[in-house]
Amino acid sequence: MPQINLTVNGQSSSAEVEGRTLLVELLRDKLGLTGTHVGCDTSQCGCCVVQLDGKSVKSCTFLAVQADGATVTTVEGLTAPDGTLHPMQEMFRKHHALQCGYCTPGMMMSAINLVETHPDGLTAEQIRHAMEGNLCRCTGYHNIVRAIEAAWPLMQAGAAQTAT
Amino acid sequence: MYDFQYVKPSALENAVKILSDNDAAKAIAGGMTFIPVLKQRFSQPSVVVDLSGLGLSYIRREGDTLVIGAMTPHGVVAASPIVQQAIPALAYLAGHIGDRQVRYRGTIGGSLANNDPSACYPSAVLALDATIRTDRRDIAADDYFQGMFTTALEPGELVTEVRLPVVERAAYVKFPSQASRYALVGVFAAKTAAGARLAVTGAGQDGVFRHRAFEEALEKSFSASSLDGIDTPIDMMNTDIHAGAAYRAHLVSVIARRAVDIANA
Repeated sequence: MPQINLTVNGQSSSAEVEGRTLLVELLRDKLGLTGTHVGCDTSQCGCCVVQLDGKSVKSCTFLAVQADGATVTTVEGLTAPDGTLHPMQEMFRKHHALQCGYCTPGMMMSAINLVETHPDGLTAEQIRHAMEGNLCRCTGYHNIVRAIEAAWPLMQAGAAQTAT
Repeated sequence: MYDFQYVKPSALENAVKILSDNDAAKAIAGGMTFIPVLKQRFSQPSVVVDLSGLGLSYIRREGDTLVIGAMTPHGVVAASPIVQQAIPALAYLAGHIGDRQVRYRGTIGGSLANNDPSACYPSAVLALDATIRTDRRDIAADDYFQGMFTTALEPGELVTEVRLPVVERAAYVKFPSQASRYALVGVFAAKTAAGARLAVTGAGQDGVFRHRAFEEALEKSFSASSLDGIDTPIDMMNTDIHAGAAYRAHLVSVIARRAVDIANA
């Protein structure tokens, strides 16, 4: 079995995987990071989205072996060591952007990538188009869009602070 | 999913050799179709050949030709200033395939090699009279698409790039399935140096096709009104759980008019 090395939530990991092992299986079953959910297993719902080398990808449709050498962030990597929530988590809580919470990890990982790749601003319409790959069966999406809109300035301010 | 051996060659000729020598070897581009196919056990390859190490992700303009490497993801095509300037309709098309995560991974070469009857790219490649370059030859779009999930590619033959002529005006309009975002009907209309061309995806029984009756009318006058009174044969249309043939035929006319209007705007 191929041996792969990757960085997950800032920590180096190595694992033996079969060719067919999916990235989400590696994360959940081998690394114990069960925050990344499998909703549909058919690439449609987005519950399994993680960040990989700065891109949001559906980890149920990504071979683990393809992540060799990659840097992966899952929902477990969002909260600071002192317990401070990531701005996206904080805004999801403040705007009640979840009910059952099953889709929330994927929603946030997609949304964070969206904000990070749009430093010049995001309209509600852009957010709705960009979040098409994440399905939520509880909220009706309005509060999710509000949470992302509210997280945008906080994340941009955080990025500016980190840069200085 | 059945297990397989994964290989990631760094030279095109190695990839072609592995795929040519072994009937049970399959290529993976972005994997947005292939991995779901593997999961459903519709395919049981012994070897999966990852094409991402071959240096086939690039976009450049060569005179009046836009050249896109086969492994270029949809999101990169959509965001490319070169594409937006040369053929804005193609950038628009790429930006509306699947969803954002799919656009990070899915590639133009993968889409064309798969030739899903509801995929977006085949309509653009056919309407723009593009050329598909492979490891061994150039294939004209008119010869390349040969029915649902069927192309002119030989076993082991790999698409390396797509060469698209820059056209005077063009537009793509998609009527997406609400569930999958695939085209229930998608129309790419173009006014090219060789005349008016209009290709339809999502609707036809045999996959993407050129709508010759519409093309003849548009050749006389490239306007939506010139399509008035021209029918789309219902017996050419696909029927499935998403839409019946008559509805699809009607949609082809509606979406074609919109595409021509947008091309002229």
